[in-house]
Amino acid sequence: MSTEFIRLFELVIAASLINNFVFTRFLGLCIFFGVSKRMETAVGMSITFTSVMMVSAALSWLVFTHVMVPLNITFLKIIVFIGIVAGFVQASDTIMRKVARVLYYKLGIYLALISTNCIILAVPLINAGERYTFFESLAFAFGSGIGFSLALIIMASIREKLELADVPEPFKGVPIAFIVTGLIALAFTGFSGLIRI
Amino acid sequence: MSQAGKISYRELVLNGIFKENTIFKLALSLCPSIAVTNNVRNGVLMGAAVLFVQVMVNITISLMRNLIHPRIRLPIFMLVISGWVTVTDMSMAAFAPAAYKQMGLYIQLIVAFASILARAEMFASKNTFVPSMFDGIGMGAGFLLALTVISFFRELLGKGSLWGYQILNAKPLLILVLPAGGFFAVGLLMGLFNWISTKYEGRQ
Repeated sequence: MSTEFIRLFELVIAASLINNFVFTRFLGLCIFFGVSKRMETAVGMSITFTSVMMVSAALSWLVFTHVMVPLNITFLKIIVFIGIVAGFVQASDTIMRKVARVLYYKLGIYLALISTNCIILAVPLINAGERYTFFESLAFAFGSGIGFSLALIIMASIREKLELADVPEPFKGVPIAFIVTGLIALAFTGFSGLIRI
Repeated sequence: MSQAGKISYRELVLNGIFKENTIFKLALSLCPSIAVTNNVRNGVLMGAAVLFVQVMVNITISLMRNLIHPRIRLPIFMLVISGWVTVTDMSMAAFAPAAYKQMGLYIQLIVAFASILARAEMFASKNTFVPSMFDGIGMGAGFLLALTVISFFRELLGKGSLWGYQILNAKPLLILVLPAGGFFAVGLLMGLFNWISTKYEGRQ
């Protein structure tokens, strides 16, 4: 039992720090550069992202293992996963509007943005490719969410300072954000080799 | 009928390559611009895959545009895109297995490209077959060009080779093939692209 827990813990650490989605797998960059301008939006996005990621990973795992593998239609995984994610996001949007209005006004706009995001889609695809078990999939999704949130929050706090800095004209906006991200990625290289999986 | 009646096909293609270059100008679909560009071969293969998907999606949507009800158009677009991505994914796995091993995940994630959905929505659903095809070629070629340029600099300066062949006897900037170097390379090239276009527009 305890070895299983250690394995799950290792997966969380690996997905959040070592194979961080933004800095070593380069996924979700559009949204990473899009919403990291202000701290408030970054925090809202992180919460929405992590929860959607975990639920969609669980749903996709159930469909993949119990429907697609027995029917031998795993080659349709891209279409099916995109359907699951988009359907789930649409449903939670509607439910949240009825049930939790306050939360909807805080996080609703982010929900609409992420229905076809590459990270949300990458998590079920990697889970299916690696043949993770149910709890491993959940741990991987959780770790990825934490990693993405960490990246967003670090970036947002730097970019708020960057607003005041004197940046050369051609580098204003996205180019300087890329360079900053490169520097953070360099720091994250230090985590590699923390755990051997 | 078609909105693009007055614009020539040449302009359509050039618009996609320069004025609305997906990576350098619109800053969309950035994930593969760093993930697969540490050598030229992967960069070109990825660009070609995107070009293929973009053209085929534009053609399919423009042919189907009168059959699609406006209210359900986005799910239909996603279905068409993921269908063509699946085709690309499986052909790539069959014909280029070595490259597919390194970049399979990114090929599958072409489905989440904002630029492809945007072109389907803004152009192909309103235009006839031929302009849509040229628009697809232009946007795809712009993407291919950007990936080629980025991977050219990264492989030449990072490894001293091109397409796998050793050209320089040294590795001037090893950092460029590391993950962090990808961000630096794209940031610098974007800055350069901006600088050139402001110079060019200033002269007119």
